[in-house]
Amino acid sequence: MKINKKFWIPFSLAIVFYAVVQFLLSSGTLNPYYENTLFLICINLIFAVSLHLIIGITGQFSIGHAGFIAVGAYVSAVLTMKMHLPFLLAIAAGGIAAAIAGILIGVPSFRLKGDYLAIATLGFGEIIRIILLNIDYVGGAAGMNVSRLTNWTILFFSVLITIIVINNFTKSTHGRACIALREDEIAADAMGINTTYYKVIAFVIGSFFAGVGGALYAHNFYIIQPQVFGFLKSFDILIFVVLGGLGSLSGTVISTALLTIVSIYLQDYPETRMILYSIVLILTMIFRPQGLMGTKEWTDLFKKYGKMGGNQNGKQTVA
Amino acid sequence: MELIQQLINGISLGSIYALIALGYTMVYGIIKLINFAHGDVFMVGAFTGFYLITVFHLPFVLALVLTMLITALLGVVIERVAYKPLRNATRIAALITAIGVSLLIEYTTIYLRGAQPAAYPDDIIPNKTIAISGLTISSQSIVILAVSVTLMIILELFIHKTKTGKAMRAVSVDADAARLMGINVDRTISVTFAIGSALAGAAGVAFGIYYIKIEPLMGIIPGLKAFIAAVLGGIGIIPGAMVGGMLLGIVEALVSAAGFSLWRDAAAFLILILILLFKPSGLFGKNIREKV
Repeated sequence: MKINKKFWIPFSLAIVFYAVVQFLLSSGTLNPYYENTLFLICINLIFAVSLHLIIGITGQFSIGHAGFIAVGAYVSAVLTMKMHLPFLLAIAAGGIAAAIAGILIGVPSFRLKGDYLAIATLGFGEIIRIILLNIDYVGGAAGMNVSRLTNWTILFFSVLITIIVINNFTKSTHGRACIALREDEIAADAMGINTTYYKVIAFVIGSFFAGVGGALYAHNFYIIQPQVFGFLKSFDILIFVVLGGLGSLSGTVISTALLTIVSIYLQDYPETRMILYSIVLILTMIFRPQGLMGTKEWTDLFKKYGKMGGNQNGKQTVA
Repeated sequence: MELIQQLINGISLGSIYALIALGYTMVYGIIKLINFAHGDVFMVGAFTGFYLITVFHLPFVLALVLTMLITALLGVVIERVAYKPLRNATRIAALITAIGVSLLIEYTTIYLRGAQPAAYPDDIIPNKTIAISGLTISSQSIVILAVSVTLMIILELFIHKTKTGKAMRAVSVDADAARLMGINVDRTISVTFAIGSALAGAAGVAFGIYYIKIEPLMGIIPGLKAFIAAVLGGIGIIPGAMVGGMLLGIVEALVSAAGFSLWRDAAAFLILILILLFKPSGLFGKNIREKV
């Protein structure tokens, strides 16, 4: 009963939100500027939530996320633009291709830990970008023209499915295993958790959704070019996750929405935006390394008043 | 002949990588941090050298020494402001801070002077080419090689013959034990940052002389490559960084010579991944057992 209530209230609120925005869009009340902002927030949400599973929940520091996004974007664009297949199929294919890339990269990389893993994933991400740069079929450095197929319905339900899947995964046995792994890998191993298996599972789910996000991204901006998917893109997404709180889904969602709005306001001053970003990042790490929400979720805020002192999570660790 | 020519180009490029890699390896050896901002210190060095030479008309050697002093100062400031408060934080927090510092330096430079590239004057060093039985060696590559080899020899002497060098070695083995022996650990870490950043500054000036074009985001790729060089040689090991840098430069020159210049960066990352998978301790490293 409690689980149902927890699920259905936010779910129905989300559906109401969808219907209201759909009405505003079709009636033309929401002008293209706000529409673009909303679309960008949704796409960034998919990127950030998928990376949250890898870094926040499983504690594997991956900074090659843009590589998976690129795989999803390019595979889906080839399917719709060159093979004229339906868009939904292309989104799924983009996700699956990114997941396969995730397995190929994850299996060898997870012999490494911490900062070595970070550098290896960064290297893999760059290799994917360089490969795309050298394939003439997808336009090389000039990139590929993609028609705009992403609409509010597809985008909204993609975000919703991403959040529901990753939230449910986190709360399942598998998710608990991943959290155990984040807290202490050796202890988790000693408790009988197959650490490599769970790392790869988290990585594959994360890269699947990154691929889905990449497909939606490609079909929203008319053109995709390899240089868009450099490691600065990975850093952008990393900043969303870190500032929101490593391990907090709602924190990630809040920080992604806020930072996307801030970056759209500052898009005429890209240097100022990056200076601001980096200062915020450094100060956060020095003064509040657990990020905006730590490992807490927004629902925890209500719990606190229900049972006083009953929900002290104790000391939280970051990654 | 063509092959030997490429080897010479590779060694010039490799000595620049080696100079940057030394900073990475020393900092990693002492506080186990991948200093992402190191590539940007290299960029600041290139621009400092550029302004000293074009605006203040300083001679090459003086400009080089001043650049090294300024980047050393920058390195110490970065360490004191951004990394010192995180000495006891998790390594991931420190790594994220390093990424933040890197972005801050890059975009502050763009904010201050714009993103447009600048060109080093090509008459800093008399431009002569020496031809030895079909090989052409430019005077630039000789100067670069001479500067980097001299700096590396000075570094080796400093680390093995001076008291501060001994302190640096002690701290990298065990910081707590070193503190108990009366070594000022914070000061030693600052000295390490200063030396590493000075070498990166020198590499920046050398890069400008060799490649002419410099720009605010130029530090990213050479920074990453230098890190690869450091890992290749065994991170934390100083001779390893030198050999790793040279090897990487040679491999890149050979890949370019074979007609795959667009794949050059991919080759470097592939080397990184292969070395991480098969010998993560690097060519010169020893395997260390993991303790609980």
